Amino acid sequence: MNTLINIEDVHKSFGSNYVLRGANLKIIKGESVVILGGSGSGKSVLLKHIIGLLMPDKGTVTVAGSDLSKLDENDLNELRKKFGMLFQAAALFDSMSVWENVGFGLKRHTKFSDKEIKEIAVEKLRHVGLTGIEDRMPSDLSGGMRKRVGLARAIAMEPEILLYDEPTTGLDPIMADAINDLIIEMREKLKITSVAITHDIKSAYKIADRIAMLYNGEIIETGSPDNIRNTLNPIVKQFVEGSAVGPIVIEGLKR
Amino acid sequence: MFIIKAIEFIGTVFKDPIEETGRILLLFYSTIKWLFRPPFELKNTTKQMVEIGINSLPVVLITAVFTGMVLALQSYTGFKRFGAESLVGSVVALSMTRELGPVLTALIVTGRAGAAMAAELGTMRVTEQIEALETLATNPVKYLVVPRFISGTIMLPCLAVIADIIGIIGGYFVTVIVFGTSPNLYMKMTWDHLEMNDIYHGLIKAGVFGAILSLISCYKGFYTKGGAEGVGKATTGAVVISSMAILISDYFLSAWLFK
Ligand SMILES: Nc1ncnc2c1ncn2[C@@H]1O[C@H](COP(=O)(O)OP(=O)(O)OP(=O)(O)O)[C@@H](O)[C@H]1O
Ligand SMILES: [Mg+2]
Repeated sequence: MNTLINIEDVHKSFGSNYVLRGANLKIIKGESVVILGGSGSGKSVLLKHIIGLLMPDKGTVTVAGSDLSKLDENDLNELRKKFGMLFQAAALFDSMSVWENVGFGLKRHTKFSDKEIKEIAVEKLRHVGLTGIEDRMPSDLSGGMRKRVGLARAIAMEPEILLYDEPTTGLDPIMADAINDLIIEMREKLKITSVAITHDIKSAYKIADRIAMLYNGEIIETGSPDNIRNTLNPIVKQFVEGSAVGPIVIEGLKR
Repeated sequence: MFIIKAIEFIGTVFKDPIEETGRILLLFYSTIKWLFRPPFELKNTTKQMVEIGINSLPVVLITAVFTGMVLALQSYTGFKRFGAESLVGSVVALSMTRELGPVLTALIVTGRAGAAMAAELGTMRVTEQIEALETLATNPVKYLVVPRFISGTIMLPCLAVIADIIGIIGGYFVTVIVFGTSPNLYMKMTWDHLEMNDIYHGLIKAGVFGAILSLISCYKGFYTKGGAEGVGKATTGAVVISSMAILISDYFLSAWLFK
């Protein structure tokens, strides 16, 4: 099997906040993995480790055979050109127009002219269901629109690996489903490896080849959507069934 | 026991400033490292040059003209007591070129452009835009800090020259038009005691101040933590620390340059 991303015993804390406590996850080339987990459980932190935005305190993250913490700046940048990332809050550059945001990577790493970049940007925006907004500024967009511009920016360079931090949160159900279809299409047509975080169990079942559950700083279970649906693990079961009653305790909430 | 307590106390007082100085020096190091690596960020640098240089011009002009005027006013009325009014031209010229031109320009640019740098980079940090740059294989120090650093270092001397000239003109206005000294005397006194070195050294100081204020302001923005409140703190911190650093380094630079 062809492991592309290998997260091995990753520990990470911020001050006294011990977030990841030995997370392990192998991701195979071409597969689509969805990470589930409660709010604040460290999903975004885990995703940022995959692209080297955060480095583990202990443990290793290996992408395409290279240990991220051992790469120098240039090699890390080269590796990052293989990635596209959608941030949870989109993280659009607010000093640039929408098309400049989408074309940012193209502008910096290719020789395309501005006119060509804008054409590509418009095309990518159309993919995520946005037309006629390329000249607007990000601050003039709704939350869901910003998310989709962020998605267009992530796919603009046609990366090999896509990281999605909650791609459908904040979208209406029809748009959310269209984005799910887009994610599936990217995987099937372009053979992209993807890691997505979502709270939306329905979309997880739809887009995932494999689902991994992050709990207490560890990946406590991975399996196909069917396996997860019929899991025996009470924590995973409670999560996918969306019940407040079960082994997962929400601190401060009485019941 | 007492000594240990005292050292501990001193340690807690100085820990943060020392740590922070270290991190500013580290940012300085990576700024210099990226400064010479192509491709150069021409578009960003031009934008910052305009922001720091052109857009600061109106406030610098107003400050400089009134500083020159008040210098002339104070020295004229003061020197009159011992009959030395003729020296006003020299006082204005020397004070502006050696000291007030560079320092006041630097303080004003800190309040305007330095605060803006800290707020902009701080907002980019807390909204993950700086991380987004990294995911797009773009080094944020090179893309954001280097252009601001270059622009600050180059534009400050330019602004200071203008401040020098405008200050002298302000002094001329008060001395000649308000107090009725002969214009020839003012200009003669201006030129007689002013050496080229006064101007050069003043401009060197301005360049150093530009480097200091852009570096500190970028540092504060770049390492902002904690949402909107954090951005506010970073902005205030940038202005306060840059201003102090400018005034402190001013003393040492002057002692060294004007030996
Ligand atoms: N840069 C950081 N500095 C300090 N603490 C951080 C940082 N990033 C994340 N954390 C902390 O790590 C924990 C996990 O955060 P993370 O954003 O990964 O949660 P999440 O699982 O993505 O939650 P959500 O579903 O709400 O997005 C939180 O307690 C958060 O406060
Ligand atoms: Mg998150």
